Amino acid sequence: MTNLITPTRRTLLKGMGAGLLASAALPGHVFGQAAPIKLGFQLHRTGIGAAYGRWYERTAQAALKVVNDAGGINGRPVEIVFEDDATDPKRGAEVVEKLASQAGCDLIFGPLFSHVVIGSAPRAGELKIPYLVCSEGYHVASGMLNRWTMQPGITDVRAQVSSMAPWVTQNLGKKVTMVYPDYAFGYDHRDFFTEAVKAQGGEVIAQIAIPPTETTFTRYLPQIPTETEVLYHVMVGPAVLTFVKELGDFYGSGARPQIFGFIDSLEAVDTASPGLEFLEGTHFWEAHNRVKQADASEAETFYRAAVGVDDNGASVSDAADVATYSHMFSVWETLSVIKKGMEAAGYQGPADRQKFVEAVEAMTTFDAGQDHPQGDKVFNGKTHQVFGHQFISKVEGGKLMRVHQTAIEDGQYADAVDYSTQSF
Amino acid sequence: MGFGPFLLLALMESAVTAATLALTAVGLSLVFGVMRVVNVAHGEFFMLGAVSAWFITTWVGGPAWFSFLVALAVAPLFVAALAALADRIVLKRLDYEPEATIVATIGLMYIFQQAALSFYGPQAMPVEPPFNFRIQLPWFGYSAYKLSVIAFATLVLIGVWLFLTRTRAGLVMRATQVDRETAQAFGIDVDRVYAGVFALGAGLAAIAAVLIVPIQQAHYLMGHDPLLLAFITVIVGGLGSLRGTIVAAIFIGLSDGLIAFFWSPTLAKIIATLLVALVLVFRPQGLFGARQQ
Repeated sequence: MTNLITPTRRTLLKGMGAGLLASAALPGHVFGQAAPIKLGFQLHRTGIGAAYGRWYERTAQAALKVVNDAGGINGRPVEIVFEDDATDPKRGAEVVEKLASQAGCDLIFGPLFSHVVIGSAPRAGELKIPYLVCSEGYHVASGMLNRWTMQPGITDVRAQVSSMAPWVTQNLGKKVTMVYPDYAFGYDHRDFFTEAVKAQGGEVIAQIAIPPTETTFTRYLPQIPTETEVLYHVMVGPAVLTFVKELGDFYGSGARPQIFGFIDSLEAVDTASPGLEFLEGTHFWEAHNRVKQADASEAETFYRAAVGVDDNGASVSDAADVATYSHMFSVWETLSVIKKGMEAAGYQGPADRQKFVEAVEAMTTFDAGQDHPQGDKVFNGKTHQVFGHQFISKVEGGKLMRVHQTAIEDGQYADAVDYSTQSF
Repeated sequence: MGFGPFLLLALMESAVTAATLALTAVGLSLVFGVMRVVNVAHGEFFMLGAVSAWFITTWVGGPAWFSFLVALAVAPLFVAALAALADRIVLKRLDYEPEATIVATIGLMYIFQQAALSFYGPQAMPVEPPFNFRIQLPWFGYSAYKLSVIAFATLVLIGVWLFLTRTRAGLVMRATQVDRETAQAFGIDVDRVYAGVFALGAGLAAIAAVLIVPIQQAHYLMGHDPLLLAFITVIVGGLGSLRGTIVAAIFIGLSDGLIAFFWSPTLAKIIATLLVALVLVFRPQGLFGARQQ
């Protein structure tokens, strides 16, 4: 009986022989084609950013397929190594380390949550690996990070809010109360929207910061002053639906101010959910219209189909699975920039990382099209930040319909840093 | 908003917190009182209640009130069965050794959490409330469902009270709590009592979660806060004392809510934790607990 389980010396030798043969034979097969370019993706698969992570991964896979179908980068196939950071800054730095050192990635991209980016970027700088974030935070252009960190896929919050403030004060009201998450991303909103409203002759009369892990919000709502003309809300995390619902309950059918929200408060949430009827007629910022608009471009249609999103902004396979549409395009567009940058730098391997960063810094404009389905953009190589159009949508019949589009210049501001003069 | 309406809203919100906290904490207190087990996995039973409510409402479909009622009936039973199983497979084999059960329930906590992450996923999913009626007061609106949570939680607590004081099973549980060996000598199957108590405790946490899930959504990490608050409540009220737990739940739920309302949620947590420290120093048996003989 024991013979069945315990291998004899002969079977062991046979096994080893077979193993040796296989390992000798395999490399020949692998070297038949060029070694792939490995891109590390720092993914918020779990934790408070999970809803974004789910769609960032899908978008990255879709963009990867398009790139590989078109022949890869510099004639080499591309692969993406996904690594979950649990939307946790500490884990984020470890993920950067792991992707760079263990997985041997050529560069890293993809993180969104600003506290995670701020916690991870210094490690990327130390490891001297390009770190392309899809985060919206002003931390890149503020000069807080380093030369290896760039944001070529999405406009930062400072530019977003400054470009929209004039429309808000002119159309909705001048006395604004802000509700925002109590961490870096929220502070960008607080600081720059307050400044921009002031420049328009308006005033932010109350600032209400809410911890991002909060699960109940009603207690914060009485802090909204009654003379508020515009309620500006931006919320993130798994409890966003609760926030918006409780806001609806709080105002009920009574008098309420105009409501202007960042779509972040409703990303991955169906605007037609029960309890959200009160949102009808309110306005939202969108970076990319969730509901396919009548004038959608061909590139937009192509992108939407590639990432598997229907005309309402939900997954084509599950209407309840709503996309994080105003953020995930940044993954797609960042991959386009990576391809362009690697091609311009003649990227061969990790020794060319510096050349890649310099190649991206040399970029100035991105044309709207399949590579940039959200629209044309201006890239500032000194601040490592991209600037694009922003949209304001109104909820009509439960759907977000665009009512305003900002110009790129509306959001641009004086450079606070010149990364391109810093040493690598 | 004037002070009056502000206070009213604060009280209503705090009452919802207190009601669900009472359910969760009574479950934790029962398990400790009868079994002497510090159940670190209690918050995960809460989470499992919410997550199974999502699965059940999704599978059942139909009108929201119907699927919710099914979830309210089935989810706690499922969680209770799971707890009884955990008791039989893990805790019983450890002979309910206090140190060993703490470590074991920490293990269970991670197992349940990761199982939920694997089978349910990392996202928060909403469960529709059974009704969407809103009470409109002159100063603000308020969800009628939230008020019904208070009422239902009170009914369940009265039920638990009657069960423990008026039924034979309750008598057996209390007898085991007072003296395990003597109870055994009188022919009580202590193993069955323990499995039953562990199931009941988990079931109560699950009921609280099903009630809360239309307000908060189900998420695999949602068990942490209820666990912390339940522990604070149980320590303040007196470990194993049902009356103390309920009084403490109302006190902590209200004070937590009111302090969070008027100042900040962080301050509320600081004060609650400070209260625990003071109780442990000056009255280790808790406000209503009996001193150990």
